[in-house]
Amino acid sequence: MNDMRMETAATSGQDEPVQMNMIQAINSALDVMMGRDPDVVVMGEDVGYFGGVFRATAGLQQKYGKNRVFDTPITECGIIGVAVGMGAYGLRPVPEIQFADYIYPALDQLVSEAARLRYRSAGEFISPMTVRSPFGGGIFGGQTHSQSPEGIFTHVSGVKTVIPSTPYDAKGLLIAAIEDNDPVIFFEPKRIYNGPFDGHYDTPAKSWAGHADAQVPQGYYRIDLGKARIARAGAALTILCYGTMVHVVENTVAKLGIDAEIVDLRSLVPLDIDTIEASVRKTGRCLIVHEATRTSGFGAELSALVQERCFYHLEAPIERVTGFDTPYPHSLEWAYFPGPVRIREAINKIMKD
Amino acid sequence: MTDSIESGAVTDGQGRNLPPLQLHVPEPPARPGESADFTHFDIPAADAAPRPDEATHPSQMRDFAYGLVRVLDEDGHAVGAWDPKLPADTLLKMLRYMALTRAFDGRMFRAQRQGKTSFYMKSTGEEAVSIGAALALSRDDMCFPSYRQQGILIARDWSIVDMMNQIYSNKGDRMKGRQLPIMYSAREAGFFSISGNLTTQYPQAVGWAMASAAKGDTRIAATWCGEGSTAEGDFHSACTFASVYRAPVIMNVVNNQWAISSFSGFAGAEATTFAARAIGYGIAGLRVDGNDVLAVYAATRWAADRARANGGPTLIEHFTYRVEGHSTSDDPTAYRSAEESSKWPLGDPIARLKQHCITLGIWDEERHAAMDQELAEMVRDAAREAEKNGILGHGLHHPMESMFQDVFEDMPWHLKEQQQQMLDEWKAAGL
Repeated sequence: MNDMRMETAATSGQDEPVQMNMIQAINSALDVMMGRDPDVVVMGEDVGYFGGVFRATAGLQQKYGKNRVFDTPITECGIIGVAVGMGAYGLRPVPEIQFADYIYPALDQLVSEAARLRYRSAGEFISPMTVRSPFGGGIFGGQTHSQSPEGIFTHVSGVKTVIPSTPYDAKGLLIAAIEDNDPVIFFEPKRIYNGPFDGHYDTPAKSWAGHADAQVPQGYYRIDLGKARIARAGAALTILCYGTMVHVVENTVAKLGIDAEIVDLRSLVPLDIDTIEASVRKTGRCLIVHEATRTSGFGAELSALVQERCFYHLEAPIERVTGFDTPYPHSLEWAYFPGPVRIREAINKIMKD
Repeated sequence: MTDSIESGAVTDGQGRNLPPLQLHVPEPPARPGESADFTHFDIPAADAAPRPDEATHPSQMRDFAYGLVRVLDEDGHAVGAWDPKLPADTLLKMLRYMALTRAFDGRMFRAQRQGKTSFYMKSTGEEAVSIGAALALSRDDMCFPSYRQQGILIARDWSIVDMMNQIYSNKGDRMKGRQLPIMYSAREAGFFSISGNLTTQYPQAVGWAMASAAKGDTRIAATWCGEGSTAEGDFHSACTFASVYRAPVIMNVVNNQWAISSFSGFAGAEATTFAARAIGYGIAGLRVDGNDVLAVYAATRWAADRARANGGPTLIEHFTYRVEGHSTSDDPTAYRSAEESSKWPLGDPIARLKQHCITLGIWDEERHAAMDQELAEMVRDAAREAEKNGILGHGLHHPMESMFQDVFEDMPWHLKEQQQQMLDEWKAAGL
């Protein structure tokens, strides 16, 4: 199926949007970029012949060959280290880390090498890699297949952190990330690979079918990094979120019938501070929602920024709804997940003042 | 639960008498005040090692991981199958590069002691490892060095004033004063930016080599690390990748016996050689007399020819000795026998090549003394030239705002804001 779609994209030359889920959109972005730039290479555990454990690289090896799409040994340190070397040669590597939870062995190569190479060599060498990695919970993955480690990377100077929430954004942002001459951590919210998730785990899963943001052009387009998206315009309060939580927030807000402005950050570094500031100045209230653990999470940075810049516009304390400061528990996944109940309580608290 | 009994044995829960378990914590043969003794080293004759064909399968090469490739014998003759039979002008060039490296080290070490910079690392006794390899490689082969291969830049005729500017972190430093002294970067010299984190360059070199192979290039990569940092995961990741993809890369382990104060036993030297790491990965491994520049040259040339013929990677252990401290920050007399360097059985690489050149009749003591004098003056003049651009801590650095450049290709708003805040604060403080 993927092969057929790619063939259509390559031969038709049309840019008619078609229905895609997030995996297909990511696959399409990789396909488009590999077709445009012979220096783009895809590497990672199981990404080659098999096409990835989530199928994001399906069909790419058959189309572009083993020199450009290849399986790797199971060593994340090695995958990223090799990608740094390939970048130094002049390639544009797109390594996949199979789960974000597996990224820790690669931290030294990411933090001390990829993120610092431009700076330490004053631009002699750069590391134009995009690290794709599925992240987040809600799939009963337990503590080693559910984590949201974005805050580790936003704390590092020299690396960008991008998180899409729709198929359309996933493709446009991934293309921009691959074209970027700096290292980008591209975290893919795997709970919404196949359909938006409203936070109600006990109701049937939805697919992307019929969703406006699942209509994806087959050819090239890019969404510049550092631009947030207003997922819902509103006046009552501002909700800052990204990834899976955008959909959970949208659904909760709809059910509450509150006129919230939902800002999908899309890129944490660089951050679209202008959109955040304008929204909070307008609404006077701010809720931050993320799935990652609370302490030193990216929500803490957002809270500080909003306080610094919008203090005299705030009519209530800034609230955070986040994962708890515990490992992601398997059986208690839905107690951990910052779902509709906790979001509703936080909104009510903010609106009371 | 165990119960001690008189014999020193203990009884376990199943009633068996067993010796108590013992933890082996390695201890070097000699500590300060003790006599160094290297007589237990097995040093084969210079002509002992055969030279295999470059296409030899790694499984047929295992003995080379335990032997020692040597060329120069005790009398200064080049002997055996590995003799690269270099012309006189190449030998003299090698000698000059090694001597220049040592003169450079001497001058920069002194500059650090004079307070002109924060840090320095000498390569005394290890000059052959860099110079021999650099001359055996093609000029456009890519090097991913560790912090003690300054000899590569020197052998590639890189400007020593440029190197000194980096050491002084002054306004002439192309790296804008961002890196600790000696962490050079010289793209035009095929010299990758040096990291302070150990062995990160290993998988990077393999990646570069894989890219070169994937693109059908002719260039190969070479990388260096110390024996101590072969313990890093990066080393093993790199060996796996190099083996799996038969990457055209030469992986050098500079076994100089010491990792700051930890002797090679803490990296596993009591159990086996470092070249033997290659065997488990199915990589060709060579163990080389690292104080014999002709052996280093010959082994590197062998590995380079092998890589260029799609024969895959080679791991080379250079058996050598770190004559000085790890850096200007440690005092080796605090942790090892002061006798070690004088008793080192493989000698001084410069003295050995000098003896060889004299034996050949192409060199003599007078010319050598004159060269040393000339090189000392050259590095003195270069240091004066570099010092015109400033020395560390004396104001002649890159402008303050340069701190925020090159974090990203384009400066995002938060860095612009922090940059402006810093400038405003300094202005308000009247600075």
